[in-house]
Amino acid sequence: MTAAPLPLVEQFQYGLDAPICLTWELTYACNLSCVHCLSSSGRRDPRELSTAECKAVIDELERMQVFYVNIGGGEPTVRPDFWELVDYATAHRVGVKFSTNGVKITPEVARRLSGSDYVDVQISLDGATAEVNDAVRGSGSYDTALRAMANLAEAGFVGFKISVVMTRHNVEQLDAFKAIADRFGAQLRITRLRPSGRGADVWDELHPTAAQQRLLYDWLVGHGENVLTGDSFFHLAAFGDSLPGLNLCGAGRVVCLIDPVGDVYACPFAIHETFLAGNVRSPGGFTTVWRESELFTDLRRPQSGGACTSCSAFDACRGGCMAAKFFTGLPLDGPDPECVKGHGESALAAVDSGSAPRPSLDHSHRSRPVPITLGRRAPVSACNENPLAGIGLSIGPR
Amino acid sequence: MFDLDAAWQVSPQVSIRPERFGALLYHFGTRRLSFLKSPMLLSAVGSLAEQPTAREACLAAGVPEADMNAYRSALATLAAAQMICERSSP
Repeated sequence: MTAAPLPLVEQFQYGLDAPICLTWELTYACNLSCVHCLSSSGRRDPRELSTAECKAVIDELERMQVFYVNIGGGEPTVRPDFWELVDYATAHRVGVKFSTNGVKITPEVARRLSGSDYVDVQISLDGATAEVNDAVRGSGSYDTALRAMANLAEAGFVGFKISVVMTRHNVEQLDAFKAIADRFGAQLRITRLRPSGRGADVWDELHPTAAQQRLLYDWLVGHGENVLTGDSFFHLAAFGDSLPGLNLCGAGRVVCLIDPVGDVYACPFAIHETFLAGNVRSPGGFTTVWRESELFTDLRRPQSGGACTSCSAFDACRGGCMAAKFFTGLPLDGPDPECVKGHGESALAAVDSGSAPRPSLDHSHRSRPVPITLGRRAPVSACNENPLAGIGLSIGPR
Repeated sequence: MFDLDAAWQVSPQVSIRPERFGALLYHFGTRRLSFLKSPMLLSAVGSLAEQPTAREACLAAGVPEADMNAYRSALATLAAAQMICERSSP
């Protein structure tokens, strides 16, 4: 196209007056305790936004012409006003895509959902078999998800999403995930495991190996736009061709996160005070936070590539994911921990053990042990803050 | 081949958000996002429903004849994504 003064990616780097889309975690409450939960969810926060406050946010999103919100949590459907808020958003021409573990997707709910153009559903599934899935998401969660999918398919909901976080244990199941999606007339969406929230505690053990990253990249290239990725694998572009999508970190520029208490973070994977831009309850609301916060203004300035500038792949990967770097203790202007050129591994080796920033918030269930089965035992040291460390969970070879 | 001499309109399920670079388009049915990469293209797309043909919408937006092929292919891409659709009466 002629007449474009700057490529789109550059336009987006300098930020837009409103996000293209945003993630809104409606509650920290969740019936599950997934070991890699990006928001360390479990218990409801008593300061959660009220129904009226949520509707005020939706009014703002409508005025800003935010086309749709990705609603998550926690498990958003456990909020008693969840359906009321979904109806309110769609009535105000703000589309909704919500992520759920499927617990509330009964046949009745599925029928209702299939009637709306403005609502999309995303069922989380992290293993193509119950064994792999339940090790991460908890006992019974595979059956819950598959039952929800069957209900949606039965109700005639075509093209709902099945959302998979890629781990060391499920990369080899990509074809099986695709088969499940095809079976239910759904679309597969796969995203990257980040060391965010409780994910920080299991990232070392669960993130795909270098060989698996290559396999994943080749698989994604082979499936093109038929498989969604939420743009989360742009660090793999350094292998060669770009993957479909914007291939840029949109944090604070074209996307952001609103958390259950109204705090606005640069991205869903960056729940840490370093990336906190403001709160929707403050004067001026979300609009002012988005347009005027110091943090977002800063993120929209040209970023230095730092140690990566001299790398031949920098134009492709742009240094990778900010949150992945931050929570593994790497400098933000250096390589991604999963840099496909191997620069991340050497950088990680130089990080002092235990020096990586911890997530600022933790709403994990206090009493319920998290059933996980990992390939090998996590290192336990005196200063290990990992809540899994040293307690008798089912960690062991299998 | 996109028919510049037919009557077109923005699909009813599409929302347009003007931006410095042009505009963002979102289709609530397909849940797809598209970009209009110039204000002139936005102006042309925005007037499709009022102009008898797509060509006239482009000309009214100030598109030079020499650029018409580039605009035709941009409109073809939008049509393929169901962002714009043919209207029955010109």
